[in-house]
Amino acid sequence: MYQTTYHRPSSVDEAVALFGKGNDAKYLSGGQTLIPVMKQRLASPSDVIDLARIKELIGVDVSGDTVTIKAATPHYEVAQNSALQKAIPALAHLASHIGDPAVRHRGTIGGSLANNDPSADYPSAVLALGATIKTNKRSIAADDFFKGLFATALEDGEIITAVAFPVPAKAGYAKFPHPASRFALTGVFVAKTRSGDVRVAATGASQNGVMRVAAIEAALKANWSASALANVTIAASGLMSDIHGSADYRANLIKVMAERAVTAAG
Amino acid sequence: MSTVKLTVNGRAVSADVEDRTLLVHLLRDHLNLTGTHVGCDTSQCGACTVHLDGRAVKSCTMLAAQAAGSSVTTIEGIAKGDELHPMQAAFRDNHGLQCGFCTPGMIMASIDIVHRHGGKLDETTVRHELEGNICRCTGYHNIVKAVLDAAGHMKVAQAAE
Ligand SMILES: Cc1cc2nc3c(=O)[nH]c(=O)nc-3n(C[C@H](O)[C@H](O)[C@H](O)COP(=O)(O)OP(=O)(O)OC[C@H]3O[C@@H](n4cnc5c(N)ncnc54)[C@H](O)[C@@H]3O)c2cc1C
Ligand code: FES
Ligand code: FES
Repeated sequence: MYQTTYHRPSSVDEAVALFGKGNDAKYLSGGQTLIPVMKQRLASPSDVIDLARIKELIGVDVSGDTVTIKAATPHYEVAQNSALQKAIPALAHLASHIGDPAVRHRGTIGGSLANNDPSADYPSAVLALGATIKTNKRSIAADDFFKGLFATALEDGEIITAVAFPVPAKAGYAKFPHPASRFALTGVFVAKTRSGDVRVAATGASQNGVMRVAAIEAALKANWSASALANVTIAASGLMSDIHGSADYRANLIKVMAERAVTAAG
Repeated sequence: MSTVKLTVNGRAVSADVEDRTLLVHLLRDHLNLTGTHVGCDTSQCGACTVHLDGRAVKSCTMLAAQAAGSSVTTIEGIAKGDELHPMQAAFRDNHGLQCGFCTPGMIMASIDIVHRHGGKLDETTVRHELEGNICRCTGYHNIVKAVLDAAGHMKVAQAAE
């Protein structure tokens, strides 16, 4: 790892000010992505600004029709929160299957979304549930947030402060985990909103990162059941092909994971 | 350089380290606590697992400075004098190790698993929860047996306290 300077601010405002002073600063939340990348010398920030102990960035709030997860809340706390488990069980299930326990104790939703790994779990839930990403500057709709591989709508120095999820009528998540890393070889999140709309998002599949799956949305809108997907075919064009799975294989996985997710959603 | 102050195995510690120093290197190189191992450079093997404020974390995947103000427990801090921790004893009794390289991380991860699940552990849960710890020798079977065995003893020990 290259030299860096560590900072531990106690508020979002202080963190933003520190970011402005560094010549190539980076925020550090759970560090479960940034530290490995720094160890490999693929990132060499002049300053790392620790968000993990900023109290206003930690916690889960469930009120009526919205679940709000503050950005530096670790995956483990999301998975364990009993009010959240009741409101959106699929989200708790997703959080409890990210990586392994040690990763879940440190890794955070804000870091996962800012990083936007094409195989990460949270982006699928954020997109399918139509969540809103709150930053220190504005609110960004999920549909406008993800901009392709490792790219987001965040501006330089902008901090995600929280993510607000509307509570759906039904939701489910199923992933085919990579056997070593547990990242999604393909994962699908299905959601039926309280107004009857259906949104489906797949991660780990597209060359452009998380994506909506229109064919599955249409089939589930007509009939919310796994059997409704029997005759759906997913095009392989634009999907990833690597040693772990061909584009055709991933196309089939999208369908199979969607079937499992709908079954889990009930 | 910064002065990092934290508690390690119940003892207050202060160390002058570069900001880029990983927690595992603070433990091994500055405090001579070499029971915590480094088995990979991709954050995947779990050999470096320690407890940070009571929760299992990978000490190779955080800066020492991030741990400032926290309490860290390593494999050296769990036995009571000559009396092994029930998890250590269970690994020995169940032949849960061969070369032993993964064992400190396995034991720290496993204690955390038992703490979080109490007596409700079953084999499937143990296997799911040990996904972040890699062993090249044992085939995991006896490790899982050891964790289930220790879970029983830890329950008894807790009830007796
Ligand atoms: C072994 C292993 C297995 C894993 N398996 C999975 C898996 O199965 N599924 C999965 O989804 N993920 C997985 N991960 C990734 C893990 O979930 C990370 O925790 C997550 O992707 C990043 O979150 P973090 O809090 O650790 O962020 P960090 O590593 O601290 O930061 C990541 C990036 O986000 C930026 N950032 C952090 N917080 C904010 C914020 N609030 N606002 C703006 N920018 C911010 C940082 O500057 C950095 O660029 C795995 C990681 C490891 C090491
Ligand atoms: S050395 Fe920390 S996970 Fe391998
Ligand atoms: S006993 Fe050798 S790696 Fe586990």
